[in-house]
Amino acid sequence: MKQSITVTVNGQPRGAEVEPRMLLVHLLRDVFGLTGAHVGCDTTSCGVCTVLVDGTPVKSCTMFGVQVDGRSVTTVEGLAANGAMHPIQEAFKEEHGLQCGFCTPAMMLVATALLEENPDPTEDDIRWAISGNLCRCTGYQNIVKSVQYCAEQMRQASAGAPS
Amino acid sequence: MTATEETAAESAPEKPLDWLGQSIKRKEDDRFLAGRGNYIEDIDLPNMLHMAILRSPYAHATINSIDTTEAAALPGVVAVVTGELLAQHNLAWMPTLSGDTQAVLATDKVRMQGQEVACVIAEDRYVAHDALELIDVDYEPLPAVVNPFAALEEGAPLIRDDKEGQTDNRVYHWEAGDAAATEEAFLEAHKIVAVDTHYPRSHPSPLECCGCVADLNPASHRATIYMTSQAPHAIRTVFALVTGLPEQNIQIISPDIGGGFGNKVPVYPGYVVATAASLLLGRPVKWIEDRTGNLISTGFARDFHMKGELAVARDGTMLGVRVKMLSDQGYAYADAQPSKLKAGLFHIVTGSYDLPAAHVVCDGAYTNKAPGGVAYRCSFRVTEASFLIERLVQSAAVELGMDPAELRRRNFIQPEQFPYTSATGFVYDSGDYETAMDMALDKAGYGELRAEQERRRAEGGKLLGIGIATMTEALGAGPSRDYDILGIKMFDSAELRVHPTGKAILKLGVRHQGQGHETTFAQIVAHELGIPPEDILVHEGDTDNTPYGLGTYASRSTPVAGAAAAMVSRTLREKAKKIAAHLLEVSEDDLEWEHDHFSVKGAPSQTKTIQEIAFAAYTNHPMGMEAGLEGVHYYDPPNLTFPFATYVVVVEVDPETGEWKPIHVVAIDDCGVRINPMIVEGQIMGGLTEGFAMAAMQEISFDDDGNCIGSNFMDYLIPTAWETPHYDLGETVTPSPHHPLGCKGVGESATVGSPAAFVNAVVDAVSHLGVTDIDMPVTSAKVWEAIQGAGAHA
Repeated sequence: MKQSITVTVNGQPRGAEVEPRMLLVHLLRDVFGLTGAHVGCDTTSCGVCTVLVDGTPVKSCTMFGVQVDGRSVTTVEGLAANGAMHPIQEAFKEEHGLQCGFCTPAMMLVATALLEENPDPTEDDIRWAISGNLCRCTGYQNIVKSVQYCAEQMRQASAGAPS
Repeated sequence: MTATEETAAESAPEKPLDWLGQSIKRKEDDRFLAGRGNYIEDIDLPNMLHMAILRSPYAHATINSIDTTEAAALPGVVAVVTGELLAQHNLAWMPTLSGDTQAVLATDKVRMQGQEVACVIAEDRYVAHDALELIDVDYEPLPAVVNPFAALEEGAPLIRDDKEGQTDNRVYHWEAGDAAATEEAFLEAHKIVAVDTHYPRSHPSPLECCGCVADLNPASHRATIYMTSQAPHAIRTVFALVTGLPEQNIQIISPDIGGGFGNKVPVYPGYVVATAASLLLGRPVKWIEDRTGNLISTGFARDFHMKGELAVARDGTMLGVRVKMLSDQGYAYADAQPSKLKAGLFHIVTGSYDLPAAHVVCDGAYTNKAPGGVAYRCSFRVTEASFLIERLVQSAAVELGMDPAELRRRNFIQPEQFPYTSATGFVYDSGDYETAMDMALDKAGYGELRAEQERRRAEGGKLLGIGIATMTEALGAGPSRDYDILGIKMFDSAELRVHPTGKAILKLGVRHQGQGHETTFAQIVAHELGIPPEDILVHEGDTDNTPYGLGTYASRSTPVAGAAAAMVSRTLREKAKKIAAHLLEVSEDDLEWEHDHFSVKGAPSQTKTIQEIAFAAYTNHPMGMEAGLEGVHYYDPPNLTFPFATYVVVVEVDPETGEWKPIHVVAIDDCGVRINPMIVEGQIMGGLTEGFAMAAMQEISFDDDGNCIGSNFMDYLIPTAWETPHYDLGETVTPSPHHPLGCKGVGESATVGSPAAFVNAVVDAVSHLGVTDIDMPVTSAKVWEAIQGAGAHA
């Protein structure tokens, strides 16, 4: 009993026929071929499946694909634009904010959502914002530095931009 | 003159960079940042089937029957595999890394909760899981053995009744050191301090669970197995021996790995069943483990019950150490460790100290729990050993009324004593422990901290605790004379091919899981040959296309494979010299090497760069010389490397609630020469976090029926960014005298050394109340209870 859905994924309209029980993470990975969202725990604990739904971080292992019908989803594949990395991607590289890379797409998406709301976060703001996303490799310190670096770059860019 | 020569002649004589010691950004990052890493779950083959595993709800039970009729009839199900089917192919049991046996799928009994009982192979992952619900297993529960001490008691239920000659639950008895000499040392003691503790069962739990895609192609007769393996070459050989498939037809591919930490060294039943299913069905079969499966059934770590005693003289001189341990092995002895050493490298228990006598006794017991004993960010039990000696030293300081830093200083092995032979036979290569400790104490502001601690104790409110751990360990297995896995000796390899245009590919027998090999090992070649790292592709994790090696775990990659990369580069440089002599029409003796080129002594304008030489190796090599510029080196290290560190942890403890948190964590690590300091620091911070995790929260425990507490991330706690402390790092550099670049291992050091610093800090905060020990994980409840208990006895 499949249902027909339409969803905007990384700015592009996509359609699919899916079982109502199909998880959003499987819709993205198996149907749309966007494998940047990973599965780590199946219980909404680790956060490696996080994507943005209408700009808000959501753990896609705990949402059904049919629930994004008519909505907008951003995945890691949507961060880079025109062949250039997003500042958050540059920042993670610059500050060595990743090791195995498994949690990285989700961490970056959560960070962009934070910076959208709060362009000048404190270390505590950042640590709280990413506390729903586990990392086993880095000990988080360089992830915090990456987000701080990105915030600084984005503030400089917007200060330099013509009003 | 060729075009290449003209370009080189015209370019400015800018001194090339030495790439050793440069924090260059990682070459592997771009694909991960783009979401284009290629992990096991991303492998998708045409006509692929999906496998799901049915696990036992009981820790110990007889299986009367398994009815798969309904499951097999579900549309979309292709096959249901049981132990009975595997037994027909002699695959119901498999060997463990320690040479014991473990069930692939249960036939007679289940011996742990979560044991693999049946597998469904279906067209779709959802259907495979639906079908699991339709399998009807008739179990007859048996009493579960969850306590290893009880397991060894007379009359305990026999767990391994499948093994001929096994009449009790004892796995092994093992001793190291000199019992008589240690006994004598203890007779001389002014004080004997004791620590009786349990290093809890922990789990590496990388964020990516295990999985595989087995593709046994009936037309090509090839078995291509994509799997989450830290040691693909060893796996290929073991697969060949177990299945009887010819080894040249087995290709193990470890794609990008989402963290390993030792969890992805062993072979698990899921891999074997998926492979068998692919063989029987002639189609690729994918198995992706879920988190509960990962935590409940795959390689756990630690779980040592340890009684340690330290004999000290009146002036604090350490005279001897003796240890009795009981290892809770679960239902199979599956430790990932060299076969000669039943309790791994635990006999490094003398730590950083000039301890003349030591004796270690260890027994292993079967229980109704998952097998494992993997080296979780650890070299074969050094973590437990390091924790025990550092807790003993802390207790000795309290008993003697000495400052714990001074007690350490008095007993350190001194720089001039290296190479130092320990009481249990390790030969420590190099060290300067006091310098590292002084740097750490200075960074922490140790003197003022002690004053602040006194002030707080007098004034009330939150207490301050200072914990020190000085760590040295044995990394880089190994010299093949002593170290092996299932008889396969521990060395590693590197193959380097320099292409005509001067670019290169470096192929290694190890397999990284986030450690940055694609950058670090390129830097080694760049340092030796002058080819910039961006021109070097580092290739790992494909047994058809890399030389044999034992894999990445136990911080062995840089000590062993890194050395191999340096050595093969040097071999190529020797050949390059001959080619340069030919091109420049001089004798080899007239040439000198600098960074990336040979030049003629006394005529520095006459040069040949490595790129020019590489081109000539394929276009203009001397008569009689083989063409090409490539080689392979198998490196068998002469010794282990012995990195060391001092960790100082400052905690605040609320005596009203037992809550504690680290407020300053200092880590001074000495891992010899650092190839990429940024990556090394990343490893140390990751290591510290896992040390903190074990000290503060991580534990897999069981109830009396053998139900696993800790089968998901809501029960098995791992630290988030919120509670993880900030780290304050520093370094000293004491090169390894035998490694070609002076490097030592580092990835695990902070996980090995730091748990004792965290525990010492909390115990130190409340020691004036009479608290002498708190078992890990040091939860608020345990701290509160310790304070109450100590008060009651005061």
